Amino acid sequence: MSKIAIDTEALTKKFGNKIAVDKINLKVRAGSITALLGGNGAGKTTTIAMLLGLILPTSGKARVLGEDIIHSRYKVLTRINFSSPYVDLPKRLTVRENLRVFAGLYGIHNSNKHIKSLADSFALVEFLDRPTGQLSSGQRSRVSLAKALINSPSLLLLDEPTASLDPATADWVRSYLEDYATKTGATILLASHNMSEVDRLCSEVVMMKRGRIVDQGHPKTLIEKYGRKTLEEVFLEIAKTDTNTPE
Amino acid sequence: MTNIITNAHKGSNQPIAIYRISTMLLRYLYLLKSSWIRILELAYWPTMQMIMWGFLNQYLMSAESSVIKIAGMLIAAVLLWDVMFRSNIGVAVSFLEEIWSRNLAQLFASPLRPYEWALSLLSISLIRTIIGVIPAAILAIPFYSYSIFDMGIPLIAFFANLMIFGGAVGLLVSALVLRYGMGAESLAWVGIFLIAPISGIYYPISVLPEWLQTIAWALPSAHVFEGMRALLTENVFMTDLFINAAILNVLYMGSGLAVFLYVFRLARIRGLLIQIGE
Repeated sequence: MSKIAIDTEALTKKFGNKIAVDKINLKVRAGSITALLGGNGAGKTTTIAMLLGLILPTSGKARVLGEDIIHSRYKVLTRINFSSPYVDLPKRLTVRENLRVFAGLYGIHNSNKHIKSLADSFALVEFLDRPTGQLSSGQRSRVSLAKALINSPSLLLLDEPTASLDPATADWVRSYLEDYATKTGATILLASHNMSEVDRLCSEVVMMKRGRIVDQGHPKTLIEKYGRKTLEEVFLEIAKTDTNTPE
Repeated sequence: MTNIITNAHKGSNQPIAIYRISTMLLRYLYLLKSSWIRILELAYWPTMQMIMWGFLNQYLMSAESSVIKIAGMLIAAVLLWDVMFRSNIGVAVSFLEEIWSRNLAQLFASPLRPYEWALSLLSISLIRTIIGVIPAAILAIPFYSYSIFDMGIPLIAFFANLMIFGGAVGLLVSALVLRYGMGAESLAWVGIFLIAPISGIYYPISVLPEWLQTIAWALPSAHVFEGMRALLTENVFMTDLFINAAILNVLYMGSGLAVFLYVFRLARIRGLLIQIGE
């Protein structure tokens, strides 16, 4: 695997006349936890969707885990997974059935053993045979994360992974992700609005605004650069500045 | 944390994998078994149709009509029409299930190929059709002393052709829903009825105006129902009608798959895999 897990070059997505992502050059180190920050409509979800091959870019290049995601996505999809609040799992299927289906799609051997292991990790054992639609939103988020880890991905793309979790569970999930990245060497790219989460987990922050990358760096470096006390203040500062800020 | 890096990906880079198709089939079977009402509903309409048309058939048998006096003509027509209808709706409803559950992006972030999905939709449609139509066909035996199974091998030919044509229409309808969004959802149920009047289900194609006959003969279903009538009235299996239906089905299924895959690509360009939903 190359040392850069995600490498985009002038990656652009237009929907009609609207530019959702504007010539971004995103480089994410393999093994790092990187945050994609930005307000609503900044282009985070579109960027993640392009990195998964769910949306075809208008122009530009994107290499994920060393493969061209636009033309050879199937070579690498087994090693990627994601979780997003914009998608869901079939509500009438039980948690076990949903996990079994995704284990099957990713071609996982011993899926029962693997599902049990994930259920233990995410405290899902008592819900395994319950329809997914009957779970609380917090429980569903845990199922969604378990699904995102079903193929033990080398690259995990997470959109608001702790958005609907209570503080204790959110904290536990953050520890789990930290631990997962450390033990497996996996790369995690997460879009989040939770600055304390980003501060705790991420070694790199990429700030997006109106489809463009407006700044990036280590959280502490960015805080110092903008002369602020917290990452949240940096985020607000960037949100206020002119959109034409150079990359 | 349990070490979960223990799993190999079996043949995940194969361009087509039976295990991915069977996994999707399993997903739809899970859905089906999650509600016994759903299973019952599959058999409910074909059975109701068969009972209603069966009594009409019995009444007409006593009237002065030469064609309708053939035992079971209407029952056979109703059951075979239902094969096509169920095949179409089996594909379209299973497709809609993914949209209703906002699951498309999850599926296509995995190694599942769109054509594997299409094949799994056709497979579950076959299972749903069998569950729906077979009980009705069996019930017709004690109700009207008529067994559609007496048709023998030709019944398989009719069934296969109608399944394929219904499936092709289901793929086209699914493509339209993917392209135009949930506003086009009702097409899943009503689209196939556009074809019904010119398929010659209950009457010969010759009763249609000449210009409409030309259109009708372009449909595999018209050849199948004419073939059914020939078998029931003259006890002859018209090979030419069967071959015509099979050739047309190759074209329709090929077109259905091509349009489905084209629209799927369009959906990736327009970001619909993430956006589409209720």
